This record gives sequence, structure tokens and C-alpha cells, in this order.
Amino acid sequence: MTNFLNVLLDLSVVALFLGGVAQFRNLRRARFGNLTAAFALICSVLLVLYRHGVLDPAYVAIALLAGCSLGWWIAARVNMVQIPAMVAFQHGAGGIAAFLVAYRELTRTDGSLTALGAWSGHLGLIIGAATFSGSMIASGKLANRIRQTPVVLTAHNVILVALLGLIGVLCLLAAFAPGSAPETILVFLMLVSILLGGIFAVRIGGADMPVLISFLNATAGLAAAFCGVSIGNRLLAACGATVAASGSILTHQMCLAMNRPLARVFFPRSTKHPERNATEDTPSLPAAAHDSQLSAAVRAAKQAATIMIIPGYGMAQAQAQFETVWLANRLREVGKQVRFAIHPIAGRMPGHMHVLLAEAEADPDMLVDIRDANPEFQRTDVAVIVGACDVVNPAAIGAPGTPISGMPILKAHEAHHIIVCNLDGRPGYSGVENSLYAAPNAILLFGDARATLQRLIGRLAAENAAPIMQPESMTIHRR
Amino acid sequence: MSDLLIMLAVLIGSFGAGYALISKVPTMLHTPLMSMTNAISAVTILGALLLFASETSPTGKLIGMVALLAAAFNVVGGFVMTDRMLKLFKHPPRRGTGE
Repeated sequence: MTNFLNVLLDLSVVALFLGGVAQFRNLRRARFGNLTAAFALICSVLLVLYRHGVLDPAYVAIALLAGCSLGWWIAARVNMVQIPAMVAFQHGAGGIAAFLVAYRELTRTDGSLTALGAWSGHLGLIIGAATFSGSMIASGKLANRIRQTPVVLTAHNVILVALLGLIGVLCLLAAFAPGSAPETILVFLMLVSILLGGIFAVRIGGADMPVLISFLNATAGLAAAFCGVSIGNRLLAACGATVAASGSILTHQMCLAMNRPLARVFFPRSTKHPERNATEDTPSLPAAAHDSQLSAAVRAAKQAATIMIIPGYGMAQAQAQFETVWLANRLREVGKQVRFAIHPIAGRMPGHMHVLLAEAEADPDMLVDIRDANPEFQRTDVAVIVGACDVVNPAAIGAPGTPISGMPILKAHEAHHIIVCNLDGRPGYSGVENSLYAAPNAILLFGDARATLQRLIGRLAAENAAPIMQPESMTIHRR
Repeated sequence: MSDLLIMLAVLIGSFGAGYALISKVPTMLHTPLMSMTNAISAVTILGALLLFASETSPTGKLIGMVALLAAAFNVVGGFVMTDRMLKLFKHPPRRGTGE
């Protein structure tokens, strides 16, 4: 009977977690959902403390207090632009916890570990350790501490397969080793897994980060789930599995957005990346030319009735989200239809652009996704690109055989005018030359996006951008 | 054996429930969603607490403390960061045009 009660208690806490997740379907209730999940987590901690107690409350309290305050302190100060790096870092912390718990469980000497517990313990250890190192590399790349370009070793795939094989051998050794606590083997297993995660992650380039970070989200959940099975804790297993599901969905959606299967993202067929030698073919424009381009941009913006703004990772890097939204709001005030077209893989993690635009208080009604945006570009007077390259590169449609061929793009090239506020004319992370820059209707404003937008805003204000709008063009557009 | 079945049911059930619920989350909330599930994945804190439920060596205690610290960092950091992000989304869409 008490067992039944325990199952019921566990189930209600799991239901609380799922209830929190369910709130995320609605923008207004999401915050409540997050608090619900946090409450559920507190409940589960209390439940464990009540059921099992702790022998060294002082140690537990110190570790908890240190972890909590450190987590709070960093999370309260992190800049919205650094969110992807921070999320990856936290995945890594979760990985550490998972593999240490699994390690301790496997080396317990009281012999109460079942075969199921042992196998899932090993899996938790391997996945946790690999998640840890993979996340740390991802975090370093996202925070620009490590170069974001892919690092490809000679025979990269062979090394990965060899490491996996080694892991398999170590698992078998651990299973059939004499003695109950093959600690050395487990430590080796841990180290090899850490190496595997690191070598796996270094090859992923900046633009593929949304896939990697979602994938690590899934593996962090999976590691927790296996830990839960290993120690026979239903709550832990259930929560881990839910997170694994969430991470899998996001990974799948990111792959769909790039039109590449997961295997092609992680194990690219052609490892040669085109050299980023574009510095010589697009010299930085002389100031005078820049000025004439700026005038052209101002003219185009003033005459436009419909404007589509396309933000990308460059906007995040330049921290230009405030200027971008400010420009959008000013243009909207004078009666223009302004919207943000957001590519699913713009930025460095799923939904990255949405958070930045929300930070700058963009009206959520102005955001449109790729499916709704693309039919609109033919009727769009001006497309403003802010720090986006690959996601608007027409080569994805026109040129076969490039790394981005077949990727759905935002069809900015169909707009009447294109204002490009990118840092320079070099290719994006895919390394594919962007033919958009050569288009006759493209107005190139190369330079720091934030500074460029400030100049654009200044010029618009100086010329007293009163509602200059062709009445006939108004009637063409719906709404 | 029944343990195995219960565990399997728990794993498959929560994976399925999570999958069904999360497929319906709008793209706009994907970053906060990942940040929150990231915090939830640190339920390994339960495992770390359980390490202290039985007698262990000093090394065991040290490992347990590191695991606790990392998990607590992940939990609190994840939830706080998610809350900060969701606060940004609070501006209601119906605030109208203009500002």
C-alpha cells in the first residue's frame, strides 16, 4: 500500500512537471509554467529528502548553497546575447552531475545493483561525460572563446568510431571484470567518453550550433533518465525522458529548417570548407560610396510601403536588436507595414532571434516565420537584412552542390529593394558566396550593424521622414 | 522484473507525454523552452542527494558534493534565466501600434 502511495506521489510530481511544460504552448502562461516546473523540482527534492534523508546535512547544505547562489548570480547577470553559450554551459554542468552520480552508483560496494541498473548506469556515465565535454566545447564556441569554424582532424570519423569501439570494450571489461568495483575501468570509460564528446563537438561549425545545442539538450535528458533507471528513481527517469523528448523535437525541427539529415550535420560528407578569402573581392567600400549607398537606403525606406526586416546572428553579435526594433517602430509610426521575417536557424539556438527582439520590446504581432514570410517578399518594397547571410543566400535555391543547397531560405531577393546591414561582403559560415550582394537592387551598407542602423535612423530623422508614401502602392497591399 | 516493467513504462510514458506536449510549443518560445528543460534535466540533483543517503568514503563525499554543486547550479541557473527571458515576452501584443 505504501508502495502504491509512493507511486502516486511520484506520478503527481511528474504531472506537475508536465503541467509546467504544457503551459509553454501559450505565450502568456509560459512564465507560470516555468515557475510550476521549478516548484515541481523543489517538491521532488523534498520528497527525496523525506524518504531517504541525508547523513551529512552540513556537506549537502554547503554544496547546495554554493551551487544555487552561483547559478543565480550568473543567471541574473547574463546578457541576452550570451544566452546560447550559457545554456550550453548549463548542459555541461548537468552532464557532470549525471556522470558523477552514475559513477558513484556503479562503484557502490553493497552489491544491490541489478543488471538493469548496471547497464543504465554505464550508459548514464558515457552519455553524461560526453555531454559534459561536448557542451563545454559548444559553450566556448558560442561565447567566442574558441573559433567557431569547424576543426576537422585527419580521419575524424575513424577517430570517433575508434573511441566508440573503445567505449564498448571498456563496458564489456567492466561487466565481466573480477571484483565488484572496477573503478579504474570506469575512470577510463569516463575519460574516453569525455574525449569522444569533445572531438565530436569541435567539428560542428557556428551555423550548425542550433542543431548541436538541441542535441546536447536531448543527451543531457537522456543521461539523467539513465541515471534515474540506474538508481531506481522513477522521478529522475521520467523527467530525464521528458527532456530527452524535448531536445529530440528541437533537433529534428532544426534539421528540417536546414533540410539536412542529422547525420549530414554531424558527419558532413565533404569536409573541405571553402576558404574565406573574400577580403580581396569585396574591399571595404570607401566612405563616399558608403554615403551614396546610405542615401539610396534612406530613399528606398522612405518610399516603401511594406518593409520586411530579416535579423540574423550578426544582429546579436553587434547587439543591434534595439536599433533594429527602434527603426521598425519609427517606420511603422509613419504608416508603413513593417514585419520581422525570422528563419528558424537564424542565430545560434532555436528561437534565439525571438528572445533578442522581445528584449528590445518588439511587438510579437510583427514577427512572421519563414512559411508566412516567403509568399510576401514579391510584394515587399524593401527587405532589410541585419546580420543575416546564409539564410537569405539565393545560392541555396539556384546553385547545386554547395553546403547550403536545398536549405529553405527567406526569399529576400524577391523584394524590390534589399538593404544589407552586414559586417562585410564575405560569405556566411557555410562559406558560400552570397549572390544577393551582387544583385542590382541591393543596397550594401557594410559595417557594424549597430553603427549602420544608427546612421540610417539619424538620416531618416534628419530628412524628416514624414509619411512619404505613394497612395497607389498602398492599395496594392493588403491590410 | 516488475521493476523493469515499471521503469520502461515510466520512460516511454514520459517521453511520449513530453513529445506530445512539446510539439505544440510555438517557435517563439523555443529558447526559453530549451532553457527550462535544461533546468529540468538537472533533476540528477535527486541522484546526487541520494549519494548522501548511505555511508560513504571521503572521496565519495567529495564526488557527491561536486555533483550536487553542478546540479544545483544547473537547476537554479536554468529556471532563473528562463524566467528572465519570459519576462521579456510579457509585453502584450495588444499594446497597439506605435510604441
